Amino acid sequence: MSTRKDRVALPPVSAQKTLMTCHFCIVGCGYHAYKWPENEEGGRAPNQNALGLDFRKQLPPLAVTMSPGMTNVVTDKNGKRYNIMVVPDKQCTVNQGLASTRGARMASYMYTDTGVGQNRLKEPRIFTGDQWLDTTWEKALAIYAGVAKKILDKDGPSGLVFNCFDHGGAGGGFENTWGTGKLMFTALQTPMVRIHNRPAYNSECHATRDMGVGELNNAYEDAEVADCIMGIGANQYETQTNYFLAHWLPNLQGATVEKKRKWFPGETAGAARVIFVDPRRTPTVAIAEHTVGKENVLHLDIQPGTDIALFNGLFTHVVEKGWVDQEFIKQYTSGFDAAVKANRTSLKDCSRITGVSVEKLRQAAEWAYQPKASGHPKRTMHAYEKGIIWGNDNYLIQSALVDLVLATHNVGRRGTGVVRMGGHQEGYTRPPYPGNSKIYIDQEIIKGNGKMLTMWACNSFQTTLNAEEYREVIHRRSNLVKEAMARARGATTEQLVDVIYEAVSKKGGLYVTLIDLYPTMVTDAAHMALPATHPGEMNLTSMNGERRIRLSERFMDPPGTAKPDCLIAAEIANTLKRMYEAEGNAKMATRFAGFDWKTEEHAFNDGFRRAGQPGAGPIDSQGGDTGHLATYERLRKMGNNGVQLPIKEYKNNKLVGTEMLYTDNKFSTADGKAHFLPSPWPGLPKPVQAQKDKYRFWINNGRVNEVWQTGYHNKYDAFIRDRYPMAIIEINPEDAKPLGIRSGDIVEVYNDYGSTYAMAYLEPAIKRSQTFMQFGYYNGIVGDVVTEWTDRNVIPYYKGTWADLRRIGGAEEYSKTVSFKSRRYV
Amino acid sequence: MDGKLSRRNFLKLSGVAASAGVAVTGLGFTQTAEAADVGRATLPYPAKAIARATTLKSNTPLSFHYPDASSPCVVIKMGEPTPGGVGPDSDIVAYSVLCTHMGCQVMYDSGTRSFRCPCHFSSFDAEKTGQMITGQATENLPQIVLEYNAKDDSVRAVGVNGLIYGRQSNIL
Repeated sequence: MSTRKDRVALPPVSAQKTLMTCHFCIVGCGYHAYKWPENEEGGRAPNQNALGLDFRKQLPPLAVTMSPGMTNVVTDKNGKRYNIMVVPDKQCTVNQGLASTRGARMASYMYTDTGVGQNRLKEPRIFTGDQWLDTTWEKALAIYAGVAKKILDKDGPSGLVFNCFDHGGAGGGFENTWGTGKLMFTALQTPMVRIHNRPAYNSECHATRDMGVGELNNAYEDAEVADCIMGIGANQYETQTNYFLAHWLPNLQGATVEKKRKWFPGETAGAARVIFVDPRRTPTVAIAEHTVGKENVLHLDIQPGTDIALFNGLFTHVVEKGWVDQEFIKQYTSGFDAAVKANRTSLKDCSRITGVSVEKLRQAAEWAYQPKASGHPKRTMHAYEKGIIWGNDNYLIQSALVDLVLATHNVGRRGTGVVRMGGHQEGYTRPPYPGNSKIYIDQEIIKGNGKMLTMWACNSFQTTLNAEEYREVIHRRSNLVKEAMARARGATTEQLVDVIYEAVSKKGGLYVTLIDLYPTMVTDAAHMALPATHPGEMNLTSMNGERRIRLSERFMDPPGTAKPDCLIAAEIANTLKRMYEAEGNAKMATRFAGFDWKTEEHAFNDGFRRAGQPGAGPIDSQGGDTGHLATYERLRKMGNNGVQLPIKEYKNNKLVGTEMLYTDNKFSTADGKAHFLPSPWPGLPKPVQAQKDKYRFWINNGRVNEVWQTGYHNKYDAFIRDRYPMAIIEINPEDAKPLGIRSGDIVEVYNDYGSTYAMAYLEPAIKRSQTFMQFGYYNGIVGDVVTEWTDRNVIPYYKGTWADLRRIGGAEEYSKTVSFKSRRYV
Repeated sequence: MDGKLSRRNFLKLSGVAASAGVAVTGLGFTQTAEAADVGRATLPYPAKAIARATTLKSNTPLSFHYPDASSPCVVIKMGEPTPGGVGPDSDIVAYSVLCTHMGCQVMYDSGTRSFRCPCHFSSFDAEKTGQMITGQATENLPQIVLEYNAKDDSVRAVGVNGLIYGRQSNIL
């Protein structure tokens, strides 16, 4: 059989068609999943295939995105084989028919016994001391619940540690955050929980919330009508692709001027200008300059970690110029004067700290905040992500940015907004966290605390900070349990639980469970692995960066006995409940009640739809108190456009949502006012400064377009693996030359915290003494050289570390097969 | 595939060859699908002469169409041995120029020896079998399978690796 991939099977008109929101990045593009029997195929005439396109002749450009990667052949539990095709929805307001390189591979990532999915976990597995063996859910749950119960009874909940997702999309969703949250917070009541990408249970947006401004406060449409967009540390083309292509670019190109005139009569309207704040010349900067001309793009290439000084400089400047909304400040905010005083930074000082010329700073202020020719204030949207969130003091940067935004009233007006761009989709519904402080969980594990660690749909071995030490300690502690288990051959479940408890309570061991789609790097340290499902195999709801909730429908069976995370949580809770009932402990059994769910919809109804309802108890939900209006059936009818949360009402058979927050100037604080926060420039944190003083290269790091919330599949995907066999590290050629480093070479990146390897990728757009390394990759982990420093809320500074490079050697195969041409369009 | 369909393809592809005659005048050895489908491991691609190797200028693309008149392609002599390359220097490669994402025509940049799509900014490496450098496509640029005949210096297209944009099958 040919492997040329030069034909696909078309869905017939009769093909099953279901909703599928892309479950990778925050944008959440709408797709349809078609499914039909393997031995059937739609015809080429437009009335013979479900796409309605005429394949009897060459289609014109932009008619469709349809490639072999968007197809697959799957087998359901009944043994029947089906073709599937997952294609973008032209009617979806989010992506308007566009497909990203990630979303358009969703079909490839669905389970098959031969493709990418063949590597999936299919059955529960236990490590018996020297090998992994498949087992039953009953046996696995008996061990898991047995160990958990023993720890709970003898040591209390703090022995139970979880690394767990809190988001939407795959490995998340309102169903699964509720199921896991109810287990961890209501039933087990453990505070020893960290989130998938950071070492504590915290928000990535504490400051903006403290100031009364929720971080997802506008709609994607606002980017179409802004006068100016400031993109801060986000690289939108690669990480919010179709938001950038479908909503930003048309505005930059002047294609939305008529819309602006209609929305804002009397105001000057033209093509938007864009300001990028990023130390690195990103592919996004290059594409913007290519598309609309350098004269319409301003790149503020600040020195790493100096964002606070930048925003303070701009804030001081606009106050001096009078480009602020005094009436708004007076009526709807508090703390302005104190912030002006604390943040005062002259443009000259701002320039000295950030490395950006006074002229460029002045120009940025004019583009973003100088009133329009018509006299109206500019409508400027501020969009930020990991450059700030993983930056030099998350709390202070957000404070400095939102101070500037509030002063210029760039929130709550259409065409404005101060918003995070987002990583995963969102999907948070949980009981309140059972603790009053933020616990640095990684450090607790390193210190020897905690007895049982559950790594739930996340992989902190690859993605945490100070990762080398973290892994080393977990391996060491896990081995103590493995050794004990190896000596307990033939033990009954009860005896095994005793052996494990002995190892974790007296020897410093750690019992590790992985709940995931695939065996991951964590598996090397784990004792149990439970197979989970992802969208397409379960019904799942999430919301995107404009709070748009959609239902992704189950269209095929999961592999083996894999289950949705919410139902795994329920099985754990129900097992513990039975154990407590068996010993007559009604009080504890009650804590584990309320998990009698048969489907994921039951979990959705129990959490998202009960929030704010009488008798439900406190539930923190992104659906708010009106989540109950959203049923699966109603969401299904709303299609890929869904509804923007919070839902206002259900009227005329439609859910009516909220496009923009704070249009009434009532902010999310006790007094309803937005609060300015002082945010003086603090310099670099000490541990970071110490690495900078000692090592030459700034190891900036982040994502590449093709591997973005998809890494767990990409490891097995030849299209990606051939392109990025290792994490790349972009290096300036002039820096590489004296080190003898060429593209394709393997280089070691090392500092006081550890060392890792990466594949050299010479790139002239990278500044001297700076680098950019791919984050969170399976082959080359940048977290190994990231310091343990965090801000006041235990938010890491992943972007801030310095290290040296040394050439390991040439990788001949990489040089032959991998392209090392510039990833910048120009 | 039955004999009837093969014949239809034969007629269609013969017509293509005639319409593309300017580029291939004098070479005229288009072969098409015969009825011998038993044992065939690939689609019934035609063989089509697209250039004479020694007349190709280094790093300068030459347009042609393959496997039919509605599928624009380019052939390029890269100047040094290239994966998938044929000819006396193993450096002649050819690609479909329809971006695999949404079918916009990619442009060859001789400076970087890569293809750029103006619509959604995907780029593909001409020296690495059409590998996507970055962008929105989910497939590399389809590479045209070439054969070189030293006797008459001809370069012939004989197949395609990868699905050409806007088609259910590379053979219409």
